[in-house]
Amino acid sequence: MLNKTGIPTQEQVLSRFPEQKALIRPKAILECYEDIPCNPCSTSCPFNAIEIGDNINKQPKLHVDLCTGCAVCVPSCPGLAIVIAQIKGDQAIFKIPYEFEPKPQKGEIWDGVNRSGEVICDAHIESVVINQKQDHTAVVTASVPLEFLHDFVTVRVKR
Amino acid sequence: MIQKELIIIGGGPSGLCAAKMAAEAGVSVLLCDRSLKLGGQLIKQTHKFFGSKAQYAKTRGFDIAKILIDDVIHHPMVEIMTEATVVGLYPDKVVTVYHNDTYIKYQAQTIIVATGASEKFLAFENNDLPGIYGAGAVQTLMNLYGVLPGQDIIMVGSGNIGLIVSYQLLQAGVNVKAIVEAAPTIGGYKVHASKIRRLGIPIMTQTTIQKAIGKEHLEAVELVSLDDKWQPISGTEKTMPIDALCISVGLSPMHQLLSMVNAKTKFIPELGGFVPVIDDHHQTTVEGIFACGDAVGIEEASSAMMEGYLTGLYVTKHLHKEHPEQQKLMEKYEYELNMLRNGPFGVKTKIGLEKLRRGETHAE
Repeated sequence: MLNKTGIPTQEQVLSRFPEQKALIRPKAILECYEDIPCNPCSTSCPFNAIEIGDNINKQPKLHVDLCTGCAVCVPSCPGLAIVIAQIKGDQAIFKIPYEFEPKPQKGEIWDGVNRSGEVICDAHIESVVINQKQDHTAVVTASVPLEFLHDFVTVRVKR
Repeated sequence: MIQKELIIIGGGPSGLCAAKMAAEAGVSVLLCDRSLKLGGQLIKQTHKFFGSKAQYAKTRGFDIAKILIDDVIHHPMVEIMTEATVVGLYPDKVVTVYHNDTYIKYQAQTIIVATGASEKFLAFENNDLPGIYGAGAVQTLMNLYGVLPGQDIIMVGSGNIGLIVSYQLLQAGVNVKAIVEAAPTIGGYKVHASKIRRLGIPIMTQTTIQKAIGKEHLEAVELVSLDDKWQPISGTEKTMPIDALCISVGLSPMHQLLSMVNAKTKFIPELGGFVPVIDDHHQTTVEGIFACGDAVGIEEASSAMMEGYLTGLYVTKHLHKEHPEQQKLMEKYEYELNMLRNGPFGVKTKIGLEKLRRGETHAE
């Protein structure tokens, strides 16, 4: 699937989510399913929560207990393959990388999009952070209904 | 004739890195590039790079170019010539440079050919219609000059370049209708594919372009599905209206200058086509003439940088000069280069290099 369409399977996606109760706090979801020579996620993490090891071709492994959900890794991943997920009541709160103009603004409602590029829900924009360290990759905080926890991946401006 | 200890042909990532190492070792370097600006293809790359710290990972390509250029541009041992095309290379290491309407001859002790690669193209009906571009041209227009290649575009090829340029087109506001790929699977990194797919862009594997349609310029293309033997399946033809088509079907090493000195070449498909035979220290079969980067095999820019640093160090040694940290740096960059090739994407290169070196006797 992934190598024909670019869409990871449900099993692949689920394998990167920690158990639901861990998501009471924000955690990184590392959607890197392929051995490629790359390690900025690991070297950027201030808490040593992302492990790759000496062989930079290995896929990253998250130490869930060490991850604080700080989102430093989100704009550090050159593949834009990391989001932060958290459960708050009946909402799933995401921090996602975003590299398009115009950027969403706090308070707006954008389309919530799945890994196939289909619109699945409304996404409430909670905040947008862009600083020099992120080097033009904005980190957007968006909330969606909890049922889309495993499907939501990005936002798109409403047409 | 002007004397130089080292002449580097090509100011892309590998040439720049080689210049840095040689200059730091006290070697007098002339770095020639035929373009207006140094940096090679890096100056058009707006995405963050993969790799590790040694390859400037998570830095955008054009910013890496700035770092590499800054490393050499003010170095007293480096002379830089841009808009300078090397048109002659002779076995006695005389180099003819065409610059400002004049031919200038240099006598070098050593030469590094870091000429990079050229794009492959596809044969199909009407492939010369205006609106049909190579991926490099699209990047030059869009990322250097701020000119969009069209409104509605199809990308042919799903290697890393095809995927990255598609993403850049989307960022620039171009409607990317699809990425078509003749092979059964996506060629590039899946993280690149996923970030395009989630924007709603279909990636169509086992599909190719049959013909371009249009009178004065491109108006549509006909796509067709391929079977497991790469043959078109009749009845699957599909016409899609577009005003631009981008071809990104691979690169060929630019080894041609080396033919002028009769350096031995071999056809190695895994490395991209004809490549010069080189030894473990990147020396060609002509003594004192070295080659590195895409000119000796198509890889990512990160590998080209590591090869450049290494080849600069190898040349330094050949000239009986030593970089203050010669041994340490050689070990470091050999380790890094080996690491970049250590995953599934490096297998092809490793097989290619194995074939290239098999049964060769090298220049002494």
